[in-house]
Amino acid sequence: MSELTREQAQALIEEVLEVYPEKAKKDRAKHLMVNDKSIEQSKKCITSNRKSLPGVMTQRGCAYAGSKGVVWGPIKDIIDISHGPVGCGAYSRGGRRNYFSGTSGVDSFCDINFTSDFQEKDIVFGGDKKLAKLIDELEGLFPLSKGISVQSECPVGLIGDDIEAVSKKKAVEIGKTIIPVRCEGFRGVSQSLGHHIANDAVRDFIISNRDEQAFEGTPYDVAILGDYNIGGDAWASRILLEEMGLRVVAQWSGDGTLTEMENTPKVKLNLLHCYRSMNYIARHMEEKYNIPWLEYNFFGPTKIKESLREIASHFDEKIQEGAERVIAKYTPAMDAIIAKFKPRLEGKKVMLYVGGLRPRHTVGAYEDLGMEVIGAGYEFAHNDDYDRTMKEMKDATLIYDDVTGYEFEEFVRQLKPDLIGSGIKEKYAFHKMGVPFRQLHSWDYSGPYHGFDGFAIFARDMDMTVNNPCWNMLKAPWLKDEAEGELKAA
Amino acid sequence: MANIMVRKSADGGLSFYLPKRDIEDSITSIEFDSPEKWGGEIKLGNGGVYYIDPIPAPRLPISVRARRVDGVE
Repeated sequence: MSELTREQAQALIEEVLEVYPEKAKKDRAKHLMVNDKSIEQSKKCITSNRKSLPGVMTQRGCAYAGSKGVVWGPIKDIIDISHGPVGCGAYSRGGRRNYFSGTSGVDSFCDINFTSDFQEKDIVFGGDKKLAKLIDELEGLFPLSKGISVQSECPVGLIGDDIEAVSKKKAVEIGKTIIPVRCEGFRGVSQSLGHHIANDAVRDFIISNRDEQAFEGTPYDVAILGDYNIGGDAWASRILLEEMGLRVVAQWSGDGTLTEMENTPKVKLNLLHCYRSMNYIARHMEEKYNIPWLEYNFFGPTKIKESLREIASHFDEKIQEGAERVIAKYTPAMDAIIAKFKPRLEGKKVMLYVGGLRPRHTVGAYEDLGMEVIGAGYEFAHNDDYDRTMKEMKDATLIYDDVTGYEFEEFVRQLKPDLIGSGIKEKYAFHKMGVPFRQLHSWDYSGPYHGFDGFAIFARDMDMTVNNPCWNMLKAPWLKDEAEGELKAA
Repeated sequence: MANIMVRKSADGGLSFYLPKRDIEDSITSIEFDSPEKWGGEIKLGNGGVYYIDPIPAPRLPISVRARRVDGVE
């Protein structure tokens, strides 16, 4: 389909909304918009971070998913107890592929499910005793853990267990940091509140632990915030920063450790990749420790170069030279990749529906490959995310917040994009519709996609998805002949 | 009364942040902005108006209690 005008796009939204009952239509209309770059403030035209409508298919997660799955899970030497029934922990175990270096079960615990496995009696009599026993068992079985976090699931909040008291008592007993996190799934409208709660727990229990301790700093200390090392993302980012002369003190939280996190207040600059899930702690450190923070984007060479220069501008000439040196080093390799893949991908249209930062951050990477993003949306963004997104997107593109399964399918049917980037829940629906699809939450079991090295993999993956011969084979051979025969007859 | 955070934004102006509701906005005007007296009525880009009890000019960013006077949340 050729490019939409503003009126056509608006008409499409109205057509899609037509099937809803009056009240639902009114509500959903607020979450869909046609991009207009001249608008500075998204709240005038899009509503976000509101409760999903009952009865529609939303793709959102819960506060527990935001806290345990996103922020706490990737910290490798902290044991995260999923406190409550067994399912939440089992289904959030390792699916996000937060890579770490270490020996699982000895000094790293990202891919093990620890749960208190609530039974009826724990609901009736309370689970505090069980939690205390569980912590003792953990201490016996995994003595090399540096800390324990208690991630509450829904029942814990409902029956009013006092996990704070148990954590406090046990922390003294075993001499380790134990962090109670009140991230019951029913809090908030999406995983977004879980991020906030998790950040607040980090602020209360971790960040000031080493304030009094001496630290051998350099003027070039930075921390990477909001990079969860999906498929090795944080490593691909880290080598670029180190090559330009910076010292990365901490990774939050992919492949991160408790000690790194405690040392973060000593850095000179916080680098924030996923704004949505970690801006809270960056703001706190700015206020308490006077550490400035900076959003950056490591998707696609254009944005990486911009970001490297911007990061360098906060330091002296040595780092600025370093940034130019890194850019000069990788530019030929990047040019070669673009020369190889751009002819195969040029002009292809992409629709995105992910969470966190990707709908806006990957736009630059697609554009580097000559592709065009014609629609973007977030599961759980707030208005400040849309403020940022509207600047990245072209005019008259679609922006959709917490899009429902039906709306998304209908948009795809009408706009016929050549590629969709979204989550696992959408993946097979679109495969069956015959549309090339990448699962962009955990890079479809590939990655890393960050950094210059990641871009090479990103370009290859997009090419092998879009230009895969399988998309021509979706029609049975006998049906195909008929269709072609009809064409010939006509 | 709400806890808000005021910080210097990249373009040199002030920005407003309401953690409880995750609302970020620019501050278009502030009633008192001198070393001895800072605060008073602040107007936001979205039309909202808040009131901060005047204090000596603080180091930014700072979390303060503010009262909503008018407009959107």
